[in-house]
Amino acid sequence: MKVAFTAAGDTLDSAFDSRFGRAEKFIIYDMENGTFTVIDNGQNFQAAQGAGIQSAQHVVASGAQALVTGHLGPKAAKVIFAAGIAAYHADAKTVGEAVSMYKSKALKPLRDADVEGHWV
Amino acid sequence: MKVAIASGKGGTGKTFVTVNLARSHMHPLVVLDCDVEEPNSNLFLTGELVARHRYSIMVPQVDESACTGCRICADVCEFNAIAVIAGKPLVFEDLCHACGGCAVFCPQEAMTEVPHEIGTITIRQAGTVRLVEGLLDVGKALAVPLVRAVKNYEKSTEGKTILLDAPPGTSCPMVWTIGDCDAVVLVAEPTAFGLHDLQLAVDTVREVGIPFGVVINKDGLGDARVADYCQEAGIPILGKIPHDRQIAQAYANGDMVVDSLPQYRQLFTRLWTSIEHLVFSKGGSHG
Repeated sequence: MKVAFTAAGDTLDSAFDSRFGRAEKFIIYDMENGTFTVIDNGQNFQAAQGAGIQSAQHVVASGAQALVTGHLGPKAAKVIFAAGIAAYHADAKTVGEAVSMYKSKALKPLRDADVEGHWV
Repeated sequence: MKVAIASGKGGTGKTFVTVNLARSHMHPLVVLDCDVEEPNSNLFLTGELVARHRYSIMVPQVDESACTGCRICADVCEFNAIAVIAGKPLVFEDLCHACGGCAVFCPQEAMTEVPHEIGTITIRQAGTVRLVEGLLDVGKALAVPLVRAVKNYEKSTEGKTILLDAPPGTSCPMVWTIGDCDAVVLVAEPTAFGLHDLQLAVDTVREVGIPFGVVINKDGLGDARVADYCQEAGIPILGKIPHDRQIAQAYANGDMVVDSLPQYRQLFTRLWTSIEHLVFSKGGSHG
């Protein structure tokens, strides 16, 4: 099963990004074999509007079945939940730390948007 | 004659200049308050309500039985307002700019356009001044269609003079307000912030290619940097309004300075002369 993590860089040592729509990258981590791929989200990092919606479509297209991020706004949440993806809140320093927290089932599920849009 | 009162920086005195110009005009005129996120000319131009109506833009609605989930609508949308998830389009009305592209390009004709209310247009008569204002609903982000709707009113004004109170800044709502005007008056305050944002506004007005000049408001505050800049850049200074406590008091009371402080009447009369010179001799600064 693949899980998407919001990241500020390309490696597991990268800072975990608490923003979803304007995260710089998504690390798509494969829980079965421990490998990962990186999706660049630069286009949405700078989008005038609708960053959350586009980012959510990236995550859907990646085939991830779960998403681990800091916070999720209402429009992004609508897309993520429409696609049947489970979302989790993590308060991690690095992506690697967030992966460990996910594996140990230490994360709180997000059942709905937990912030307004443009919360940063 | 259509004249927009604009600025880069907010709070420099656009509304102050607009309403006092309107009051000191000799003939009936129209004020279009295009600052739809915070229209406040009505605080000064008080009068009877003539008409009020809600304003809607057209946004897409999906017929899911006809939709094949081809994603063309989402690809066409420049504004990220449509996401296609599990073969179904999700429409985000708040992001829609009502361009209609999705409905045009949908191969299944599964998109119909339905009204989505975004604000209110109010028309008042304040003495000889007809005031038309747009007020965007709280939470709505799309000012431009409402600005255009307010400007649309000018079609029924039969050659009257029109003053447009522009939104602050230099983004789309301001550009749409000043576009097709005969002249732009940029209100600036003589401070470092004032100069910085005036330069942004000057660049914008030059790009649009409309004659313009500057009114220095709160003259005496700050320093001479705005006047020096205008001189170097060849921009006419149309008038200077002193930094006077009496003006601030009158304004804070909701009074017209041209009514309550007679010594300033001539200042606004002369400003009209400068504006007319700008329009008819094309004597201002061009792009």
